[in-house]
Amino acid sequence: MSFPLSTAPALALNNITVTFVAHGGGSTYTAVRDTTLTVGEGEFVSVVGPTGCGKSTLLNIAAGLLESSAGSVRVQGEPLAGINRHAGYMFQSDALLPWLSALGNVELGLKYRGVEPGAAREQAMDWLARVGLSGHAGRYPHQLSGGMKKRVALAQMLILDPKILLMDEPFSALDIQTRQLMENELLELWSADRKSVVFITHDLEEAIALSDRVVVLSAGPAAHPMGDYVIDLPRPRDVAEVRLAPRFVELHTELWHTMKDEVLKGYAQSRQK
Amino acid sequence: MRKAAKSEARAGRGRLALYHALLLAGVFVFWYLMTEPLLWSEEAARKTAFFFGRPLMVLQQIWEWFAGGKIYEHLLITLIETLLAFAIGTLCGLGVGLWLALSPLASALADPYIKASNAMPRVILAPIFAVWFGLGIVSKVALGFTLVFFIVFFNVYQGVKEVSPVVLNNARMLGANSRQLLRTVYLPSAMSWVFSSLHTSVGMAFVGAVVGEYLGSARGVGYLILQAEGAFDINTVFAGILVLTAFALALDTAVTVVENRLLVWRPAQGETEPL
Repeated sequence: MSFPLSTAPALALNNITVTFVAHGGGSTYTAVRDTTLTVGEGEFVSVVGPTGCGKSTLLNIAAGLLESSAGSVRVQGEPLAGINRHAGYMFQSDALLPWLSALGNVELGLKYRGVEPGAAREQAMDWLARVGLSGHAGRYPHQLSGGMKKRVALAQMLILDPKILLMDEPFSALDIQTRQLMENELLELWSADRKSVVFITHDLEEAIALSDRVVVLSAGPAAHPMGDYVIDLPRPRDVAEVRLAPRFVELHTELWHTMKDEVLKGYAQSRQK
Repeated sequence: MRKAAKSEARAGRGRLALYHALLLAGVFVFWYLMTEPLLWSEEAARKTAFFFGRPLMVLQQIWEWFAGGKIYEHLLITLIETLLAFAIGTLCGLGVGLWLALSPLASALADPYIKASNAMPRVILAPIFAVWFGLGIVSKVALGFTLVFFIVFFNVYQGVKEVSPVVLNNARMLGANSRQLLRTVYLPSAMSWVFSSLHTSVGMAFVGAVVGEYLGSARGVGYLILQAEGAFDINTVFAGILVLTAFALALDTAVTVVENRLLVWRPAQGETEPL
């Protein structure tokens, strides 16, 4: 690559194709075809698309949890091998370790890194306070509500200070009010030290409200980017209020236009199966 | 409201305990009436008593054992055998289970042999162990071990296989190396399965000890029962069975206490409501 290190994008997926082979060989399934996605330093990019279009697959490639069939991944200009050490991952479903308390979960990454226990505990308490859970440090995940679990997961990821945040529909299981609260909290934490974010969602409004850029993916199989839209809404934003801005409505109409056909296509395919 | 519900629940439990006691007393009374010449002829009562023993004599035998101190030595031996078989079997089951679950090659290689050894009726090994290890406690521990090992092994294997892939990926993204994954993800997940199997396996360790003693030994509760059977002393046989049952219940309770202590993170039914 000809990028000098300082201007290399935080994350670059180049011509990624992912093909799964069914167990016992035979049929193959191409989830993502020839997809290129670049995320700049400090940029908040959302990827939207109909359900089952391979959004999560793409994110797992960026995380290094999955290897692509073709194409390359570069993290800050360096080719990615194995787990992406610069990235934090927030999962769609519950990913907290059920046998560890909220505190234990938050300090886990530091412990893996061999941080001295006292210091790890102090930092973890600090992060729990930042996500508003100081009083719940000793609780186990099953004793926390959905929103609290997401906050713990957020602190668990952010305590390691990753350069890149990979988020896979992190708030899709929450009710709409909790969800907007969490989105605002995320924006606030993000604006403090602009990390690069890849945010996967199927919710167009959420994508526009949060992002600098929205990439629309086509319906699977063989999903690929259909459109790339710059969201020029001013920051700081309040996700509940920004939805009422005229520019938001304009952008939403424009993006929905692109997405609608794909959603219908995806729906038709899922009905045929 | 909550307080009322709680005290109601406590009252319900109290009533249940009363019913439990009444049921037990009922069985004893029935046993007593059937074996004493109160309802029918002395001849018939004596015949039933020959097969079923007399409850009062049984209780008297138990009293003599404990008051006279004769039982303690035998109980201690049985206890040591049970605990050794339980501890060694659980540790080996845990180790081998983790190893095979995390190493596909070893697991594929060992699979048919594990299945075969599990399918084999292992109590039949008792005489062989007696030949190998003599009539002391080692042969009983060996028998209990073969019974405990497979229960724990299969549970650990299952526990590791059923680790949530999301939790596993999360730990990997947080930077866990394979040793840290084993310690913080696989082992705790397997432990919750192991604990659910401990009730069965402590019972099995006990079976191993008693059956081993019964087949050949010089001490232990199984030995007492064997001796009494040789003399057609049915009352002592029943006394031995009662002592063993109480003993097994006590062990099971101990497991429950340890389990509740170590598995605080596991949601109990009805306790999952978020705060």
